Amino acid sequence: MSLSSGTASFLAMLAIGLALLVGAPMVFDLFALLQVTVFVAMAVLALSQGFIWGYGGIMSFGQSAFFGLGGYTYAVVAMNAGDSTGAVLLAILLPTLFAALLGYFMFYGRISDAYVGVITLTVTIILFSVFNSTAGDAYTIGNAPLGGFNGMPAVPPLNIPGRPDLPLEPEQLWYASMGCLVLVYGLLRGILASRFGRVVVAIRENETRAQLLGYDTRLYKLLVFAIGGGIAGAAGCLFTNWGGFISPTVFSLATSAQVLIYVLVGGLGTLLGPILGAIAIQYLISLLGAQQVINANLVLGVILAAFVLLVPQGVVPVLRDALARLRPPSHPRAKPGNGLPDAAGVEAKP
Amino acid sequence: MTPLIQAQAATMRFGGVTAVNHVDFTLGEMELRCLIGPNGAGKSTFFKMLTGQLVPSSGAVLFRGRDITGAAPHEIARLGIGIKTQVPNVFNGLTVRENIAIAAARGKSVQQARRITEETLTRARLTGIAQRVVGQLAHGQRQWVEIATVLAQEPELVLLDEPAAGMTHEEVLRTAELIREINRSQALIVVEHDMQFIRMIARRVTVFNQGSILVEDDVEAVLANQAVRDVYLGKQAA
Repeated sequence: MSLSSGTASFLAMLAIGLALLVGAPMVFDLFALLQVTVFVAMAVLALSQGFIWGYGGIMSFGQSAFFGLGGYTYAVVAMNAGDSTGAVLLAILLPTLFAALLGYFMFYGRISDAYVGVITLTVTIILFSVFNSTAGDAYTIGNAPLGGFNGMPAVPPLNIPGRPDLPLEPEQLWYASMGCLVLVYGLLRGILASRFGRVVVAIRENETRAQLLGYDTRLYKLLVFAIGGGIAGAAGCLFTNWGGFISPTVFSLATSAQVLIYVLVGGLGTLLGPILGAIAIQYLISLLGAQQVINANLVLGVILAAFVLLVPQGVVPVLRDALARLRPPSHPRAKPGNGLPDAAGVEAKP
Repeated sequence: MTPLIQAQAATMRFGGVTAVNHVDFTLGEMELRCLIGPNGAGKSTFFKMLTGQLVPSSGAVLFRGRDITGAAPHEIARLGIGIKTQVPNVFNGLTVRENIAIAAARGKSVQQARRITEETLTRARLTGIAQRVVGQLAHGQRQWVEIATVLAQEPELVLLDEPAAGMTHEEVLRTAELIREINRSQALIVVEHDMQFIRMIARRVTVFNQGSILVEDDVEAVLANQAVRDVYLGKQAA
């Protein structure tokens, strides 16, 4: 029963996603379409954070590390190779491997949850300083100067695979970005519905019990963290493509904090929440950027504080519970307002 | 014959405190053993040493003659040891059925896992609350969910740390009945404080006191033993 309602909600989400994919270029003008393209790239990053934190229970303050690494990898490889296909693959692979390596030391080293937060945060700060100090000719990889604080301008855009002479137009970049979001969402729903995903959620609920049942929780957390790293890398690749530019700012604390805010506002323990959170906050930032009365970071801080105090579960769980209460009482075991994230991809459990 | 599980001079020290001190313990196949003793006697610590949650400071633990000292908890669980811990360790955010399904799934096919899940729900009489979220259940019911997850993993040795704590009288009777039923196919070690409960299930009893084994005998002899009465009443004369 719960499985079928989970499948129904998944298909509904997929349909909405595909409708937006096709419909947005018809509704929006070019400027607006470019804006939603970057919102969508940030939504992919938010999904990576939402997956490892909301489902894996891993408190990473450093998803921006994998995001930036993906962006830089894309830029360096695309500038050298000309064709973007290998650059995209490496922009996903390298952050995945980096996350796996970092995860190995954290999870197999039995580091406690709080220190996982500290370590991921530190890694981001280290990468920020490293890429900040890459100014000058010494820091050139092939044809690609890293450029220090100024970053890397004129990064070649995505092209039709195998055809470097056919770069994507802004409208096509929208299709690629939104397609990536739909794909990542589908992938994560699939993972969460699988046996692997159910064990991941169980480990979040009680790691000791999972161990005592014979599950190697270190391996599961390592895999979750690596998958999250790969998704963040893909988001970084999209982000770099959007602006044709990348700089060390992607590694900044502000980026890491923004991702956390997306997830908290949208709802921890859901996949829809981080997507909506990312888009809403990004839209708000772009509105605030157009005026000079209030500082944008101040507003973000107020929003974060307000949500943590007033709506700690985030928007999506609150709406879902409200919907559950409105339904006819044929579901005697509805569990409104318990604040617990749902298991394994079942976002609308009766 | 090789014993099912054996502790050889197992010792656990925390700083200057010796919680378990040179314990030699042997349990045969299909045996049911009760472990009793006052608070702080080292019973739960001993369980943690058997399941890999604590690595003994010295001494060894053997499972069917195989040295499992220092093995990780998941490795020991895979060999066939299941434990219900003293403080219930359950997946609070998941439903009763999901809790049991996770336990049944490891190393099994989908069909097998589904069959074991349904059988275990029936066996532990949890079918009626299978869709409830475990975190919202009463303490006694949560204890049963945890026992059911242990059974669903189909271990050969079942360790139960205070299975009857927080249960109503009727639930206690049912737990005793379930333990006798489990013992028809599996070996058990049960830690319990409730003497009435011990009388219901026990044949052989091991008494822990201050980290060592005080007595090991048949249940009637142990309950009649003056030294055991003294440690339970707080007189440390042994």
